[in-house]
Order: sequence, then structure tokens, then C-alpha cells
Amino acid sequence: MDNPYAILGVEPTASAQEITKAYRRLARKLHPDLNPGDKAAEERFKDVANAYRLLGNADKRRRFDAGEIDEAGNERPQQRYYRDYAGTDNENGYANDEGFADFADGDDPFAELLRRAAQARANQPGQHLHYRLPISLAESILGANKRLNLPSGDTLDVAIPAGIGDGQTLRLKGKGAPSAGKGAAGDALIEVEVLPDHRFTRDGDDLTLELPISLTEAVLGERVRVPTPTGEVALAIPPGASSGMKLRLKGNGAARRGGGRGDEFVRLKIVLPKDIDPELKAFVAGWQAGRSFNPRAEDV
Amino acid sequence: MMIDLEEFLAQSGIDGATMEHWFMRTWIAFPQEAERSEISEIDAARAVFIRDLKNDMGVNDEGIDVVLHLVDQVHGLRRALTILRKELGAPQG
Repeated sequence: MDNPYAILGVEPTASAQEITKAYRRLARKLHPDLNPGDKAAEERFKDVANAYRLLGNADKRRRFDAGEIDEAGNERPQQRYYRDYAGTDNENGYANDEGFADFADGDDPFAELLRRAAQARANQPGQHLHYRLPISLAESILGANKRLNLPSGDTLDVAIPAGIGDGQTLRLKGKGAPSAGKGAAGDALIEVEVLPDHRFTRDGDDLTLELPISLTEAVLGERVRVPTPTGEVALAIPPGASSGMKLRLKGNGAARRGGGRGDEFVRLKIVLPKDIDPELKAFVAGWQAGRSFNPRAEDV
Repeated sequence: MMIDLEEFLAQSGIDGATMEHWFMRTWIAFPQEAERSEISEIDAARAVFIRDLKNDMGVNDEGIDVVLHLVDQVHGLRRALTILRKELGAPQG
């Protein structure tokens, strides 16, 4: 980058006011959004903006003058300007044809071309409309029929196929914005968001559920009912189960992209009653085998 | 694509009340009730342009009305020219 004073066209002795004035004059001329078709304007504006960022700040200017920082300063990350969006055909609802409407009124070939252009634009397909649809974990596995309330006040019925994954997009053809002319309507693109189910922690397609069990169930084993995203199933707790033991319910996890389901893991957690029964206390106190068992020993 | 409105305001340094004012002046399309927490990329870029006009270039509200009106016409014209080029079989620029 050149000397920032030269870029702004001011003397090194210029006052802060003069610098701001010079910058504003250049910005009004070079801002990329005021020069939609001039690709070079962005580069020139960037230089001017960087120069002003340096000289418009009293502290940075002092440090630059003292040679403490160079003229490059810190460049802002690549910015996308309004013109980058406004220049695309479909997205810009702001652009209007008022500036040349009179040209299209005549009988000359140019007017005819403009009319054809306006017609061609009117006949372009309608825009695709993007929506986000949150669904429950169970709905993602079993499928569901949902109704989307659109900002326009209309509703849109969406059939969620069973096994849909988080982030997948459904395309409803012709349910987007209508064409301004004779073109086809755009599509509705619905991004599905699978909401977390707070009973489970999720790792990819696998789910983990923490299941509290009693001491009796842990020691003797038991068949218990455990929740899965789509309802309860029976699970056999083996005799002698410990806290932290993981049991797998195959195929009871979240839907997988491309079909199938992950697994549900049930992590056991032995929970003792709040008030320990005196009988249990007495038993444990006299239980010699329990005393000799060290759960922290390596070969447990 | 939609952007989280709060995040955009924090990044762009535009405060919520200012943004409301810009919606009211119809410089930026008023978001529908259901989308009030989000802003489209084109609206966000337009807001940054308005911020630059106000803060960097010292343009007042009346001036911004004029600038946006003219810029919208320029884009309309550019769009018509693009279609004309296509109609005439010229390569896309």
C-alpha cells in the first residue's frame, strides 16, 4: 500500500478534520455500492478505507508518524458488499425498472428489446423460498405430517419421511414464490432441524440414556422398561450390574442419513434410597466379603 | 440464506434501535413477524451499505432516501442489460 497521506490526497500536516473530509469525499466517489459495475472501485476503496483507518484514529496516526506501525495497518477481512447480492437476478427485490421505463414505450427496435427483456424477466421462475422446520427426534425416526405457518399467513403441509436426518432439506416443487409472469413457481426448500431430546445425549446417530437402577436390581438383575425415542422397550439388567455399565439397544438410536438407525446405549447408575434402611446397614456392616472387595484394584 | 439478527448487529456495530428506524423508513424490507430474529444476506449487506453512507460518508436520512432510490434503479437497469445481453447472445460478464 502507498503512503496513506498520498492515498487520501492530504498533506502529512493535515488536521483530523481535513483527513475526515478527504476520506468522505473519496468514499462518496469510490464506495463499491455506489459503483456496482466497477470492479476496480473495490480495490481503490479498500486502500482509501485502510488509509483512513490508520489516519482517522489519532493514536494509530501518531504511531504511524513515529514509525511504530507500517502503512498496511490491519486490513479487515474480505467484505461482501450490497452490490454482490443486488447484482444477482433472483434475490434482489429492491431493484426497479423506473429508471428506463420510458425507453420501453417507443416503437423503435431498442424499445422492443427492452420490452422483451422485461417480459423475459417477468417469465423467469419464481424464487425458491427457504424454511426451517424443527421436528422431534421421534418424528425424525417415524416420519410425520407437519404444517408450516408461513410468514404470508398461508400454511404448507409437509410430509416428513421416516428416517430423515438433522440438516436434510426437503424440496416441495412449485411451493415457492410464484413467477411474476408465465414462469413456473419456485420451490419451497425446507431444512429439517431435529430437536434434541433431553432424555438422551447424542453422539452422531447413537444416543445414550442414563438409567437409574436400585441396588436390588443391580445385585439380582431385573427386566425393566426403558425409554427410546419412539416408546418404551424392555431391557434385561444382568445380575451384578455396576454403575457406568453400558447396555446396547441395537437400532434404537437416531435415524441415519441414507437409512437405518444408530444404537441407544443405556448407562446404568445405581441409586441408593435417601434414607438407608437399618437392616441394609447392619447387613453391610457385618458383610465380610464386601470389606475385602476393593473396586479400585486393577484387576476388578 | 438467513443470518441471526443479533449476531449481525453485534458484528456490524449497528444498534437495534437504529435498525428499527431503517425498517420504518423502508430502506430495508420489514421482516415478517416469524423471521424477526433473522435477516437475509442481501438485507444485511444493504444495512452495511446504509451504515457506510451514514457513518463514513456523512449522508443524512434524506440523502439516503435519494441514494437508495438511485442505486435500486441502477441495479434494475443492470438486470435489464444482463437480460438484453443474454437475448442478444453475448457472453455473460
